[in-house]
Amino acid sequence: MAEALLAARELTFHFGGLVAVDRVSLDLRRSEIHALIGTNGAGKSTLINLLAGELAASSGTITFRNQPVARPRPQRMARLGIGRTFQRSNVFAELSAFENCRLAAQASRPRAWAVHESAQRCEASTAAAMNVLDTVGLSARSRVAAGELSHGERRGLEIAMCLATDPQVLLLDEPLAGMGAEESQQVLGVLRSLKAERAILLVEHDMDAVFAVADVITVMADGSVLASGPPERVRRDEAVRAAYLGETI
Amino acid sequence: MSKARRALLLLALLALVALPALTGKFYVELVAKIMIMAVFAMSLDLLVGVTGLVSLGHAAFFGLAGYVLVLAAPDKYAAVSLWTSLPLAVIASALLALVIGALALRTRGVYFIMVTLAFSQMVYFVFHDTRVAGGSDGTYLYTKPQTNIGSWATFDLANSTHFYYAMLVLLIVSFAFLRILLASRFGHALRGIRSNEQRMRALGFNTYAYKLAAFTIAGAIAGLAGYFSAVQFGFVNPEMISWHQSANVLLMVILGGMGNLLGAIVGAFALVLTQDLFSSLTKHWLLLMGGFVIAAVMLLPRGLTGGGLAWKGWLRGVRGG
Repeated sequence: MAEALLAARELTFHFGGLVAVDRVSLDLRRSEIHALIGTNGAGKSTLINLLAGELAASSGTITFRNQPVARPRPQRMARLGIGRTFQRSNVFAELSAFENCRLAAQASRPRAWAVHESAQRCEASTAAAMNVLDTVGLSARSRVAAGELSHGERRGLEIAMCLATDPQVLLLDEPLAGMGAEESQQVLGVLRSLKAERAILLVEHDMDAVFAVADVITVMADGSVLASGPPERVRRDEAVRAAYLGETI
Repeated sequence: MSKARRALLLLALLALVALPALTGKFYVELVAKIMIMAVFAMSLDLLVGVTGLVSLGHAAFFGLAGYVLVLAAPDKYAAVSLWTSLPLAVIASALLALVIGALALRTRGVYFIMVTLAFSQMVYFVFHDTRVAGGSDGTYLYTKPQTNIGSWATFDLANSTHFYYAMLVLLIVSFAFLRILLASRFGHALRGIRSNEQRMRALGFNTYAYKLAAFTIAGAIAGLAGYFSAVQFGFVNPEMISWHQSANVLLMVILGGMGNLLGAIVGAFALVLTQDLFSSLTKHWLLLMGGFVIAAVMLLPRGLTGGGLAWKGWLRGVRGG
């Protein structure tokens, strides 16, 4: 089995009296698309926020390449190579699609403090931005302000910005939500092409999409893991059928 | 920048260059004062307009530099060298900004406004309540800093025309420096922070460090302006640091239009010139001033330099579209 790039052990998050994430353990391995499913409020987005450092876990540990991450913070996790997208499109609305990606690409470039160098002349980040826009099929829309893109295009831009930071682990929070069938297929194609070198966590409600691309599926309910394993095993799991999937498959 | 804008800018620059030849000492000194305020306002625009950090304590850095100039002189009749006292004053302001910024930037939004205000009031009371430099009365500086380099007499800060051109150079250099800064990756990151700080962190930017760097640079440039303000008036008092001063410069930035530096310059000219005009008309000029500011903010929400756009938006609003 491939090495686990990002792993969670007994991760717990209390939200006041509510246990939003309850002792969740999870391995995200290279070359795997790991789908995370569950009803609304199951704790999927909270788990992503814990893994991305946006929220601090009440207990439990996160390890990256077998090294525990002490005090995970968003910028630290991003620097380690963990990219994430947001459930609701979270882009720089007044910047163009291209500028969004260029800014994202600049995050990991050296000499960020060289204040005399024009950002427009930074070839590395310009090339990276063009590249990721091409990957998600937005090249033709690169000059359009992000705020004026269609919903689906903005979802694509989310992924492009994440890719521009050249992450090894992708945490994707419902990337297909609100996308048309054609756009969804394109994004799924992108995910398949990306997974060779990377670990991908995919939170998604579209079951057809999940079973089409996932190598591993983890089912969450009420903050804890109900079942985890290859798609076929999860599909047959009695507890999962009873709790969640019963009628959909 | 559009072609029309560039032409307008060039015209304004020519007017500034020609001004001493066209008018008397009064306007030369007034415009020199405005140019100092414009540098001060640009430094605040780096925080408010570019990075999205509304500071209500920016006068602390402006005033401190003035005080450093006065305190650098062994007595108030002795001239200090510009070349040693200016760096000293700017470094002092930058250090103060670094310390205040390091603490204040741990807060956000309205709390940041309050914390910057509180810190600047602390600095204010240090000079107001102690005898460091004349307490609440302030203190005079009878001799302008001398500008000789070795035995070469360069220019004379006591000569109002020389001082005027020195301030014009200061304005142009500060503007050019900040423009280059904004075009750099650092500047782009600051704009990203203003737009969406959460996303910037998720991309891997250490936004705290970026904001602290911006705060320190802004403090240093405010110090540059404060130093020359003290030189021009030959006098410092705690009012230089007061929150009135902080609010005044914030008003210039808002009035002129935020985030593009030119707005800060236009705002400085607009505010000081209208103050000058209204105060010559009536002794109740503050009332007129209030009306002017309210009208400007309502009719031109993007400031004087964002006028066209705001006007179109207003028309659309009137038509109910």
